[in-house]
Amino acid sequence: METLSQTSSLPLLEAKFTELLGKDRVLTSPSERLVYECDGFTLEKNIPDLVVLPETTEEVVAIVKLCNEYQVPFLPRGAGTSLAGGCFPFDGGVMIVLTRMKKIIELQVRDRYAVVQPGVINSALTRALQGTGYHYAPDPSSQIACTIGGNVATNSGGPHTLKYGVTVNHILGLEIVLHDGSILELGGPTGEQFGPDLISVFVGSEGTFGICTKVWVRLTPDPEARKTVLAVFDDMDNATEAISEIIGQGIIPAAMEMMDQGITQAVEEAFHFGFPTDAKAVVIIEIDGLQAGLQEQQDAILKICQDFGAREVRHAQTEAERLQIWQARKKAFGAIGRLSSSFCTQDGVVPRTKLPEMLRQVAAVSEKYGLRIVNVFHAGDGNIHPILLFDERDEEQVRQVLEASDEILETCLDLGGTVTGEHGIGIEKLSFMPRMFTETDLAVMKNVKEVFNPSQLLSPKKKLPSEDIKELKRLKPGRHAPH
Amino acid sequence: MSVKESLNVEAPQLSAPTSTEKKSCSQSAVSFDTKVNYDRFLDCIHCGLCTATCPTYVELGNENDGPRGRIHLMRAVTDERVELSPQIRQHLDLCLDCRACETACPSGVKYGEIIEPFRSALAEKDRNDGKKLDLFHRLILFKLFPSAKLTRLSLIPARIAQSIKLDQWFLNSPLKKLLPKKILALTEMLPPLGANLPSLPTHLPAKGKQRAKVALFTGCVADAVFRSTHWATARVLQENGCEVVVPKNQTCCGAIHVHSGQEDQARPYLEANLTAFEDPSIDAIIVNVAGCGAMLKEYHHHFKETTDQKRLKTFMSKVKDVHEFLDELGVIPPKGRIEATATYHDACHLRHAQQIAAAPRNLLNQIPGLKLIPLPESELCCGAAGTYNLTQPEMANRLGVRKIENVKRTDAELLLAANAGCLLQLHKVAKQQHLNSWIGHPIDLLDLSYQQKQPKL
Ligand SMILES: Cc1cc2nc3c(=O)[nH]c(=O)nc-3n(C[C@H](O)[C@H](O)[C@H](O)COP(=O)(O)OP(=O)(O)OC[C@H]3O[C@@H](n4cnc5c(N)ncnc54)[C@H](O)[C@@H]3O)c2cc1C
Ligand code: SF4
Ligand code: SF4
Repeated sequence: METLSQTSSLPLLEAKFTELLGKDRVLTSPSERLVYECDGFTLEKNIPDLVVLPETTEEVVAIVKLCNEYQVPFLPRGAGTSLAGGCFPFDGGVMIVLTRMKKIIELQVRDRYAVVQPGVINSALTRALQGTGYHYAPDPSSQIACTIGGNVATNSGGPHTLKYGVTVNHILGLEIVLHDGSILELGGPTGEQFGPDLISVFVGSEGTFGICTKVWVRLTPDPEARKTVLAVFDDMDNATEAISEIIGQGIIPAAMEMMDQGITQAVEEAFHFGFPTDAKAVVIIEIDGLQAGLQEQQDAILKICQDFGAREVRHAQTEAERLQIWQARKKAFGAIGRLSSSFCTQDGVVPRTKLPEMLRQVAAVSEKYGLRIVNVFHAGDGNIHPILLFDERDEEQVRQVLEASDEILETCLDLGGTVTGEHGIGIEKLSFMPRMFTETDLAVMKNVKEVFNPSQLLSPKKKLPSEDIKELKRLKPGRHAPH
Repeated sequence: MSVKESLNVEAPQLSAPTSTEKKSCSQSAVSFDTKVNYDRFLDCIHCGLCTATCPTYVELGNENDGPRGRIHLMRAVTDERVELSPQIRQHLDLCLDCRACETACPSGVKYGEIIEPFRSALAEKDRNDGKKLDLFHRLILFKLFPSAKLTRLSLIPARIAQSIKLDQWFLNSPLKKLLPKKILALTEMLPPLGANLPSLPTHLPAKGKQRAKVALFTGCVADAVFRSTHWATARVLQENGCEVVVPKNQTCCGAIHVHSGQEDQARPYLEANLTAFEDPSIDAIIVNVAGCGAMLKEYHHHFKETTDQKRLKTFMSKVKDVHEFLDELGVIPPKGRIEATATYHDACHLRHAQQIAAAPRNLLNQIPGLKLIPLPESELCCGAAGTYNLTQPEMANRLGVRKIENVKRTDAELLLAANAGCLLQLHKVAKQQHLNSWIGHPIDLLDLSYQQKQPKL
């Protein structure tokens, strides 16, 4: 296919868009389109031919229809925090940036739902709900920047999804602009749908099934009380086994996060929280719910940790202490930036009981390649994020990081897991799809994709492997942020 | 091998430019040294977590107007992947220097250390290209403002006009159109100027048992417009057992020049201040204007090679924001009750550049009777940003209106901010948006409480 920049339709399309949106909301000059060449995944770059910033559903419809008329590819983009290259414009084309669609349309606390435009920032919704006794539960670590539309498209999770579930569990309705510009409405305030659950089909489709222009989200009551425990272990296996035991006993913590020695040392070096730097693992466990019964749960957790040989178990006595513990977890990012100029965060999932083995394998990979790898992750769901530290100016190391990453992801598959917990497939993990799924699986997915996206103009070549992905040469690992 | 070469920077991948693009690309094609330490670019991992805290991005939703985009642009220019187009300059000019992105960044990116050298490289390039600064920058910003005395003199007509309400008549009359835009913005921004107070004496004794000896930094524009706050600051320090000295030969901090990329012009100010505050018996140099405080604390970024580093270090280690200092010292609680609701706006140069958020709130909470109501988006710039409201009036006004709307949501009777620029901007926009709250510096309010007085609502 000819790319848009090679055709003569570009100036025509540009003029139509400008007529529709005004000059300020159509970016045409190369220097202004440049920043849209990549998202949080910086390995691959391509500059879109045009960038448009609609503010209403009607504008999105008109844009999509024009793209069809001129037969040019187009794709949606939210805040561009994707770590898998979800916003990579394969054939250039038109990038539809939804960050100006950021109205909170309705807050219906008594009926427990809110209606938002897709560009609303995740934490802006939470902030708007402050004091109402309700919140929006999915809390990806990128929540201060990512959009609800992006969350829907990638089915985002976060520390608290262990108990509250991922994005799909909180979506009641969607308004979607389909590939040809027609509007599909699914669900609504009550979440009622007839027939198959198409909301679940759309959530996680990474911009390949349509552009979501309005979202009805479920609101969750704030927990009456919370308790946060921090346990220090001298042995990684004991720590992971304690985690399995907690869940085994039927306790469902709101969050259960783990940091290994490497990351604890880094956090300590940078921020002096008072963590023991010789310990092998620090586990943060949060439980919440009704006041009644919470104390017993906390006691049970303390006991399990002690039974599994925790060297030290603390629990937050005040809200300030609780926040400090979470600060330490969240500041893990910054600490890494200080350890190494470049790093690559991998995202994989293994069954919880396989965590000890998985972590041993990661350590083995680290030794084999002579690369420093530290771990901070959502232990409750077996979602690991090994962070590989390297210097991007050293080509040999860069190559090793790529190989080591692949080896880690292969191990996840061997242990019965998957190669993405929450970052999505994007373009980064395309090559793993045939390993993860059977030919039949892939064929079914392809058929479903064709229903939503017959012309393949919308987000071309994403999510499912196609012939063209061989064009992608993996040169450098993305300098991903850990979380 | 240079860092840049070893990075294996990709060749520009721009698609074939259209006719309109070619135009913007072909001008001033020469490359130039952007002066940014390349490691500062590498700190940025392109995660985008900073975007939604950036005021211009929040308003415009354009990646080019957010921190990640601006860093991307500056790096691309440095790597010679793109020409320095007028659009790029425009996106960089729109940056407020508020540094909210630094607070949000998990990787510790020092955005200020990227944009400031870049700006000064731009200014140097302009000079080499034979571009002259406009009259406004040359005379008003660089000559008049840094001189407290000149600014005070120039304000005499305004003071008289305000006192007989001539200013209101003027601003409402067609004559308004006769003034150049930037001067008009200046006139509209003037707060109620109040009585013409005498300057502070060089020495004020501590009240009660002496706990510290401090020197007060009075600055330039601030001393002209906010002398009453300087008096209040001195009194509050005295109340807290501080002997206060006010060195006479001190001068402007130089921020106006540095932020416009004119570092060399700021150097004489730095030297004068180093000398003025050299007395070793001084425990701390107290600053009550957030913008000046941030500048003084960062002198070392701008004058790495050009001044005696030991002397500079001693100076910088003593610079304290007044809230920071009192909070650390342990404030002696004031007794005067002020039964009112108040809300506090985080001045960028306090919150983001100096990372001070709790101290002013702690002090305000010491005032008996005062009820502090959290301000939504308190950390978002009000649009003042030094001289930004003069150079980018449109964005400045958008952010100002947004701020005042948030203030209205709190229903607070008092609005507090710890920066001269913010106070000017808040006064102006509050007037325009018909908000009647009392607007002042936290230390003004603290002072009233010590004096058993009430703010005049
Ligand atoms: C530091 C950091 C931490 C992170 N932590 C987490 C985490 O804890 N959990 C997690 O799940 N993810 C995490 N992520 C990944 C990322 O933030 C999420 O995937 C997020 O949901 C992306 O939102 P966005 O608005 O940035 O979308 P973008 O990055 O802009 O887009 C992501 C994908 O969604 C599509 N898309 C965007 N908007 C729409 C729309 N309105 N309609 C249809 N398709 C659309 C795009 O085409 C693209 O394929 C993290 C990222 C970073 C940088
Ligand atoms: S300094 Fe302020 S305006 Fe400039 S990029 Fe950072 S957050 Fe945005
Ligand atoms: S400046 Fe910091 S927060 Fe912003 S993109 Fe770069 S690393 Fe991320």
